[in-house]
Amino acid sequence: MATAKGKSVAAPPKKAARKIRVLVGKPGLDGHDRGAKIIARALRDAGVEVIYTGLHQTPEMIVSAAAQEDVDGIGLSILSGAHNYLFPRILQLLREKKMGDVVLFGGGIIPDDDIPKLLKKGVDRVFTPGTPIQQIVDYVNERIRPRK
Amino acid sequence: MYDRKKLAGIAARRKKWHDEELAPGLRKSQPRLDRFSTVSDEEIDILYTPDPLSNFEYEEDLGYPGQYPYTRGVQPTMYRGRLWTMRQFAGFGSAEDTNARFKFLLSQGQTGLSTAFHFPTLMGYDSDSPRARGEVGMCGVAVDSLKDMEILFDGIPLDKVTTSMTINGPAAMIFAMYLAVAEKQGVPFHKVGGTIQNDILKEYIAQHSWIFPPEPSMRIITDILAYCADNVPRWNTISISGYHIREAGSTAVQELAFTIADGIAYVQAGIDAGIPVDKFAPRLSYFFNAHMDFFEEIAKYRAARRMWARIMRERFHAKDENSWKLRFHTQTAGCTLTAQQPMNNVVRVALQALSGVLGGTQSLHTNSMDETMALPTEQAVTVALRTQQIIAEESGVANTIDPLGGSFFVEQLTNVMEEKAMEYIRKIDEMGGMVAAIKQGYPQREVADAAFHFQRLVDAGKKRIVGLNAYRSEEGTPIPLLKIDDRVEKRQVARTKEVRRMRDAKKARACLSALKEGSLAPDVNLMPLLVDAAREYVTLGEMCDTLRETMGVYTDPAMF
Repeated sequence: MATAKGKSVAAPPKKAARKIRVLVGKPGLDGHDRGAKIIARALRDAGVEVIYTGLHQTPEMIVSAAAQEDVDGIGLSILSGAHNYLFPRILQLLREKKMGDVVLFGGGIIPDDDIPKLLKKGVDRVFTPGTPIQQIVDYVNERIRPRK
Repeated sequence: MYDRKKLAGIAARRKKWHDEELAPGLRKSQPRLDRFSTVSDEEIDILYTPDPLSNFEYEEDLGYPGQYPYTRGVQPTMYRGRLWTMRQFAGFGSAEDTNARFKFLLSQGQTGLSTAFHFPTLMGYDSDSPRARGEVGMCGVAVDSLKDMEILFDGIPLDKVTTSMTINGPAAMIFAMYLAVAEKQGVPFHKVGGTIQNDILKEYIAQHSWIFPPEPSMRIITDILAYCADNVPRWNTISISGYHIREAGSTAVQELAFTIADGIAYVQAGIDAGIPVDKFAPRLSYFFNAHMDFFEEIAKYRAARRMWARIMRERFHAKDENSWKLRFHTQTAGCTLTAQQPMNNVVRVALQALSGVLGGTQSLHTNSMDETMALPTEQAVTVALRTQQIIAEESGVANTIDPLGGSFFVEQLTNVMEEKAMEYIRKIDEMGGMVAAIKQGYPQREVADAAFHFQRLVDAGKKRIVGLNAYRSEEGTPIPLLKIDDRVEKRQVARTKEVRRMRDAKKARACLSALKEGSLAPDVNLMPLLVDAAREYVTLGEMCDTLRETMGVYTDPAMF
């Protein structure tokens, strides 16, 4: 995760005009929201502006919420096995809406074999079960910047 | 039961031991942790002695197996008569795939079936709905119509094998299809045995596979209670489930409290619908989680039996002993499995399963080592089933009933579980019952808080998990995983379209309009209408869409 900006990780840069805005989304039909809610709380506690979509969202609903809320990043939680459809579909819709610069990351029950394929398609990062929350908070603070 | 004078002596000598032996000992060898607590963060004492049990009365508090208050077990013979039912939850891909897995499990000595449906079925959508894209057959078996159910249970005699089905929002529709399959096999309804989960309240709290808002959902449930009392007397109508509440991150006490509070809400709803309590209560059963803290879990099961017996007798004035008995299924805790060093999960599952058995469970599912990553392979599920068989046949724990009964620790922990759970239940009663509490977001918030608290403890290293924040190693996943064939979706969509083409369209339409009308008349029981619709190959999505129109839909309040 080391980058040129690695040293300013702990706090968002002062010159940022506003807080980072992140949409935490639950696409698909699975009802497992334990992880999504924990991440949403932890990011909020860390000063990120968090919009949580709630469960059972279609890709269209997620992208439309992301546009409306003008978010800088989207974190998806998927435990249904449908990640190989949902991630690429959401990326496609983001590009169609000229929001290709929104950082898309995610986590859930995602087999190791599928991760390189998702990264290749444009998912920025996939977190697997057992990741400490702080690691995700650090990633968001480091990787995501206000879009304008 | 104890001699009070002797207890006072024990208390005094315990204090002396504490001051003169323990305290100097702890000064010499520092405790490993600042605080010793269960996985639910319930503080645990270094030693348990009989003196706090001054009010303990053997026959009132424990009694005998098969007798009120059933603390030691619901049957007089327990595992000497018959072992618990070994029931592995299974479902993936198409009905053909899952039928083959069912037959494999039965051939390996499994004694009951348990069906996992894919998410579109759980949410009441057909596989060709846009909502189902990417999800068909992924997390369970795809069932859209009677056609799929016929294939799913092909060659499995429904008068001999009991089936449990994890289905909630559309429980009534899937149950109707199951009855229609039984009918086709020539099995009369009164000989059909099994379970539908049908516990919608815990869906709002934790599992989140809902369709309709709480009130119409409760109406469907009381329709099922009344219908089964008259027509399918061997059917377990609701499996009141703490499992998912716990998986969502609750403590053991919350699991116990919210689940029993859900049970109270169903019994009250049945009574309010005019069904005599003893006519439906004997067919209610429970479903608990077997989490990692061995003694806490055993105490939870024992407390649950005693609480339910007292609630049913004293609060609801049930007269039939079968209404007092809390029978339960157990599943080991999926959320405790780690993706890191997955073979270790076999050991976790064995300990959890043992707690379920020592807690007197009636049936058990043991998770497979690979379930943090995918649905289980045949090899992994076999190890999980063998774990139960080793406990049953080799360990000796099934020889005697409630072997931990009388342990100072287990009895005190059982009392703590009951007292703390009853506090929650009183609070929920004050809110106006569980439906009202759910609408206020109360249990949802409690569970989310507990989940967050636990995660913080893990991240701070205060709760240690082997392979995760202790004893880590860097190797990758060394075990093979099950892959779902991605052609399943295409084939399933084609089959459902074919079903719609082949059926008698006029009859199907008539069933749907009867269902719509019935849903608008509160005193009509919807079950016979759903069975009619199932027989005519009306699809699940069509039945649910019809009722969505008249009953409305529930959406996630999205609190975090």
